[in-house]
Amino acid sequence: MNKSNFGIPDGKLIEMYETMLKIRLVEEKCIELHPEQLMKSPHHYYIGQEAVAVGVCVALEKEDHVFSSHRSHGHYIAKGGGLDKFMAEMYCKIDGCSKGKGGSMHLIDTKVGHMGSSGIVSGSIPIAVGSALAFKMQNKKNVAVTFFGDGAADEGILYESINFAALKKLPVIFVCENNFFASFSKVSARWALDNIPGRAEAFGVPAKRVNGMDVIEVYTATQEAVKRARNGQGPSFIEAITYRFKAHCSVGDDVDPKLRTKEELEHWMKKCPIKNFEKILVDKKILITQNINQIKHKLQKQIERAVEFGRNSPLPDRDELLKDVFK
Amino acid sequence: MRRISYNDAIREAIKQSMEEDESVFVYGEGVDFAKGVFGIPLDLAKEFGDERVFDIPMSENALTGVGIGAAINGMRPIMVHQRIDFTLLALDQICNHAAKACYMWGGNLSVPLVIRAIVGRGWGQGANHSQSFHSIFTHFPGLKVVLPSNAYDAKGLLIQSIRDENPVIFVEHKFLFGQEDEVPEEIYAIPLGKGRKVRKGKDVTIVAFSQMVLEAKKAAEELSNQGIDVEIIDPRTSYPLDEKIIADSVKKTGKLIIADIDWLFCGITAEISARITENYFSYLKAPIKRIGLPHATHPCSYALEDVFYPTHENIIKAVKEVVRD
Repeated sequence: MNKSNFGIPDGKLIEMYETMLKIRLVEEKCIELHPEQLMKSPHHYYIGQEAVAVGVCVALEKEDHVFSSHRSHGHYIAKGGGLDKFMAEMYCKIDGCSKGKGGSMHLIDTKVGHMGSSGIVSGSIPIAVGSALAFKMQNKKNVAVTFFGDGAADEGILYESINFAALKKLPVIFVCENNFFASFSKVSARWALDNIPGRAEAFGVPAKRVNGMDVIEVYTATQEAVKRARNGQGPSFIEAITYRFKAHCSVGDDVDPKLRTKEELEHWMKKCPIKNFEKILVDKKILITQNINQIKHKLQKQIERAVEFGRNSPLPDRDELLKDVFK
Repeated sequence: MRRISYNDAIREAIKQSMEEDESVFVYGEGVDFAKGVFGIPLDLAKEFGDERVFDIPMSENALTGVGIGAAINGMRPIMVHQRIDFTLLALDQICNHAAKACYMWGGNLSVPLVIRAIVGRGWGQGANHSQSFHSIFTHFPGLKVVLPSNAYDAKGLLIQSIRDENPVIFVEHKFLFGQEDEVPEEIYAIPLGKGRKVRKGKDVTIVAFSQMVLEAKKAAEELSNQGIDVEIIDPRTSYPLDEKIIADSVKKTGKLIIADIDWLFCGITAEISARITENYFSYLKAPIKRIGLPHATHPCSYALEDVFYPTHENIIKAVKEVVRD
């Protein structure tokens, strides 16, 4: 293994790049198509944060569980969620991953271990802990991961969940994506002390702040956490500092005198996790321009096929309304 | 047949379910306390290990979510609340997640979670330890709500609730705990959504939930001495609601009284009244009467408790009003 390549096989590095790019291109396609008004559901774009979902999910096995939030496109795709079903869900169609009943905020693909995203800030955190409890009770070596934003760090249920996970030494990883904004509220309006890892440490849970724009850093921290979890050593907490390049919801950039300046946005866009990682891979000759073009072309084809699938899928029949209320 | 109490029936249902299915586990504040939660000792830890019967931190909302997560990952958790009042701390996980999981995730998963919630009531326990608000949960699509009124039902309904693929709120009334009944020793299940005719009668239908079934039975005895023959229906579950058993009785008697342990305003009594009026109006020979809690907070003073909680006397009064009409 070549140490200069982070001690990670080239194939894995390329997989990280490709998955980040996939999330980016999928969302850019959604942004392009959104004005058609056929995707009639609010979208919370993940653009800018791709290194977090990918860095974490690349360190997991298919059977490990991931739970996420309203900003969940990235987690779904990074865990391997089906793209056709994703696009059909965006179009509110019956072939969507949630039969068009969930929408962008309620994605799921249980076959690859994406166990659902919740539209309530902090909503899926304890559910991930419960899944980890089940893994432990069933003597399985699997891990559950919960993705949530800095907004969820304001919710009491996070601390209830960390405490219980620590108490029972559960195989769960808490991943806080700190992008500085809980919808339109800045961290500075919400916290006396900017020390999220310290809050987890107070419960005896090892916690780390990582650069969430750096996929390798996220991956390395997750590997460590996964190892602990599989060894029965209990939960870990990762705070990934990251930034959303788009508006809280839907198309736009949220540049606003009260929220963020154009300069701030541009400053962070220079840290683009994909562009910077691409440069590293090219510099290290792991990728050449030709590979990049091939990858882009392949992804674009996949995305176009998924869009077609979504467009052509039928809308749910009227009698779907009352189905699935109960199993 | 063997007679056991309501609380022993609940304990037996849990024990037999744990024997039947190793994915069943039970947790709650003080749940493994030697004396038990209101006389339901879950000393089952001795038999099944403390991984399957365990105490929890005072974190109702998170621990409800933990139950959901375990349920979607192959387990059948039973969460216990010493007072139903405390379930309000978990409304997000119960109503936004457990209730909606199956639907909002397109039927990809289900949440076989039972939440046992005990109605405390009485002896000055007041505003935060006496409530009974099953109607709130009945309101949310995706939840089943069970209210056993006797030991036989308590066992069979709890076993079915544990086997059910959906989240169930299981409401146990403290006043019923000592009540004994004939309860088979073997494991058995009563389907959710099937009511029971407690007493056959021809003059008036009384639909009663939970502890009000006892009050209705008392009222029926006194009324029978006065030549009034009432029929008592215990729907057993407020969702799914056995509308048919109620309607069939109303078709016969033409008179309906609904007695509940919840507030009247926007409660299940209002729902039943509306449904019978909408769908069976022509059978009604008198206005429907409802008995339940007035629009006030549960008081402490026994002087006020006496006025607040309805008894068999309120039922007798209502029956006489409709019979006279």
